[in-house]
Amino acid sequence: MANGSLAHEVSYLKYEGKHKGIAGWLLTLDHKRIGLMYLMAILLFFFVAMTLGILMRLEMLTPGETIMRPSTYNSVFTLHGVIMVFLFIIPAIPAVFGNFMLPIQIGAKDVAFPRLNLFSWYLYIAGAILAIVSLFTGGGAADTGWTFYVPYSIRSAQNVTMTTLAAFVLGFSSIVTGLNFVVTIHRLRAPGMTWFRMPLFPWALYATSWIQVLATPIIGITLALIILERLFGIGVFDASLGGDPILYQHLFWIYSHPAVYIMIIPAMGVVSEILPTFSRKDIFGYKQIAISSLGIALIGYLVWGHHMFVSGMSDASRVVFSLLTFLVAIPTGVKIFNWVATLYKASIKFSAPLYYVLAFIFIFSIGGLTGLVLGALSTDIHVTDTYFVVGHFHYVMFGGMGIMFFATMHYWFPKVFGKMYSEKIAIIACTVIIIGFNMLYFPFFILGYMGMPRRYYDYLPQFQGWHVLSTVGSWVLVSGIVFMFGNLLYALLKGPKAPMNPWGGTTLEWKVPSPPPLENFEEIPVVTGGPYVHDKPTYIMHPGKEGLNGNGVVKTANQENAI
Amino acid sequence: MSEQSQTAELTANQTYNAEHTNTNNGEHSVSYGTYFMVWLGLVALTSVTVTVAGIHLGSLTLITALLIAAVKTTLVGYHFMHLKFDNIIIKIFVMVCLGIFLCLWILTFADLSFR
Amino acid sequence: MTEHSEVMQEETQIHSGAHVHRDDEGSKMAMWLFLFTELLLFGGLFLLYGSYRFEYADGFKAAAADMNSVIGAVNTLILLTSSLSVALSIAALQRKQKALALGMLWFTIICGLVFLVNKYFEWSHEIGMGIYPGGPALENMSNGEIIYFGLYYVMTGLHGLHVIVGMIFIGFVMFFISRDKITATNYQKLENAGLYWHLVDIIWIFLFPLFYLLH
Repeated sequence: MANGSLAHEVSYLKYEGKHKGIAGWLLTLDHKRIGLMYLMAILLFFFVAMTLGILMRLEMLTPGETIMRPSTYNSVFTLHGVIMVFLFIIPAIPAVFGNFMLPIQIGAKDVAFPRLNLFSWYLYIAGAILAIVSLFTGGGAADTGWTFYVPYSIRSAQNVTMTTLAAFVLGFSSIVTGLNFVVTIHRLRAPGMTWFRMPLFPWALYATSWIQVLATPIIGITLALIILERLFGIGVFDASLGGDPILYQHLFWIYSHPAVYIMIIPAMGVVSEILPTFSRKDIFGYKQIAISSLGIALIGYLVWGHHMFVSGMSDASRVVFSLLTFLVAIPTGVKIFNWVATLYKASIKFSAPLYYVLAFIFIFSIGGLTGLVLGALSTDIHVTDTYFVVGHFHYVMFGGMGIMFFATMHYWFPKVFGKMYSEKIAIIACTVIIIGFNMLYFPFFILGYMGMPRRYYDYLPQFQGWHVLSTVGSWVLVSGIVFMFGNLLYALLKGPKAPMNPWGGTTLEWKVPSPPPLENFEEIPVVTGGPYVHDKPTYIMHPGKEGLNGNGVVKTANQENAI
Repeated sequence: MSEQSQTAELTANQTYNAEHTNTNNGEHSVSYGTYFMVWLGLVALTSVTVTVAGIHLGSLTLITALLIAAVKTTLVGYHFMHLKFDNIIIKIFVMVCLGIFLCLWILTFADLSFR
Repeated sequence: MTEHSEVMQEETQIHSGAHVHRDDEGSKMAMWLFLFTELLLFGGLFLLYGSYRFEYADGFKAAAADMNSVIGAVNTLILLTSSLSVALSIAALQRKQKALALGMLWFTIICGLVFLVNKYFEWSHEIGMGIYPGGPALENMSNGEIIYFGLYYVMTGLHGLHVIVGMIFIGFVMFFISRDKITATNYQKLENAGLYWHLVDIIWIFLFPLFYLLH
């Protein structure tokens, strides 16, 4: 490669290969470009689902019909759920930032299977298109809620078949991404990067990917059965033919509870990246945080029954599931305490990503603690299917994963786009988002405790005060989000150029130019120490130039290509 | 979690061994005879399972059938799918997958059998 | 510079370049992970089967008595033999016996076809008797039997689909062998196709007793 060194100076954004222009993106095998394509698609769907959310809150402003009919409301909350869950929350951090950062953080040029990676993006788009087409065909948008519970999903005259098919295809996309990441982490770590020298974000992705591989097939077959049930009436879930609707719930939650951890573990991984960077200090309890990701993933498989406490399953299993549910709090607690301990006696540099992380720890703790209320059998029965549940999962999903998605966007923005955003505006936007978020969702706990059921377009007049507060909160939240994206968009167009390492980060992505060149590294680096060591270098970026290749340090296959 | 740290070590070694591209293979070549023997074993087990099904063993019928199927699966996995020669990490993967699957059964039946 | 995208580490790629990176171990690992997803896809169905068998033990026994266990046993033997031939084809390719390897794969595909033909006759016989979801015979049966046949059609149908996919997979591999893209030193794709075929076999190893023998 005579022009090899030249190629390494051209950023992945500007690089022009076999295909130029738009084809250079749509046919790219570069993990960074694929990550960005995911980002575009995912943000689009985030805005769609957010708009649906605002409309729902607007409907709830007054009792009775405000802006939509009850059946429309059913479709709106179903789509809000389906789009947010399957098109935004599940793929957001792994598919966008996992794709972009995982190979760089472990010192590889790309993921193990770049073509599969591109294929998974196309599957995602195919699933998304199916979801959109389902809105306008076959009797109207699905109205079952995102859980597609039988018997309603079998009986509903609306277009449930296509929506489930969309979720099926999206699941396949998720499996492919997970499979790719597991193999990448096993096979492509740079020389010297042992498992316990790997940054915590790859650790989190590793745990997540296993869930994606081992849980998603179950939802695949379950949704396929719903489709077959609707088409042929095979009777497997149809109580009139002897089927057991509770078994549907079992199968659904066997996937969908671990899926909750597909959503949150990568977010926790990013927390573990941001904290040591802005604390200027090694993370406290590295191994414990790394292992606790796997612990959460494992226990996450064993707790699905807590979604079904009132479904009619046996008392014995309710006690078992309740007990197992409390166990999840242990690895989660390990993480939270280690994060807080990282901040202790650190030279903290306050900046937008860190503000988001602090907000995350606060909000996620509320979400987690209200989770205990739901995990305990007696209290759960009181608040099942009320706004309390809705409040809880918005605190952990949006407050956990969503807020961390925003944090991630800020943290890696300079690296991904090579531009700096306005710190001041970012912090203001963050403050507005946090205020709006709590205004919107905290009243849900109170409403739920008073007995306001979820998924109703109407309510009793005594609930109106809290509903109005919540709706106003939704406006505050949305203005914060728009403000935040405005800031980032402005930075993208007019922002100053970002240096290689604006935050003083220690992991590998901060050792390559912003934005990174096509194959990330001129030479595959050699790793000599842990990921968050601030006082001495732990990566040798040019082992060849330092003559290390000949002396005991093994060349990898990747290096051979580079030379 | 000891299994995990074990995995960690093993794959760390692997990374080092990954030099010179893994054109692995070729290390194992099983004789045709071995494969035929395995196949004969599988056929024999199939006839056993068919024969046993004819005898009324009550609740044991199901268990015998599943046990025989499990033995056949082990034969196919170990010999035909070359788990015998595979890196330990793949064996661990298989164990993890089967372990999780077993958990799903246990917990589902924790509900069904006490309803 | 155009070559750079090609140089990216893609394993077992069929580039003509001499410096193509290949990671057979990674490829095998990915195949196994994929097999796990297949296993759990069927696993969900097996879980349903187990649950309903627990609930409707008598109905399941009655329904299984209607099944033709001879066809089931023959199909089992066919699939076991095809698994053998795939394993033999790998051994043959390792010994550089290309023609034998291809012959074994042809045999495998023929076994797959015979299996499907048997399945076709079996299904059409049952459908002819009115045993299908919503069919006249099934409507008069007990709930346990309805569920049994619902699961029977879904599980054997999905399995049949996998047989077809496996045959296509092997077909591609045969094409590559004949073009010498898969050779005695580079046969991970064949190995992967074999793994897939064996999984299809394993699933049948469980489907056979569960649907044909337990009456």
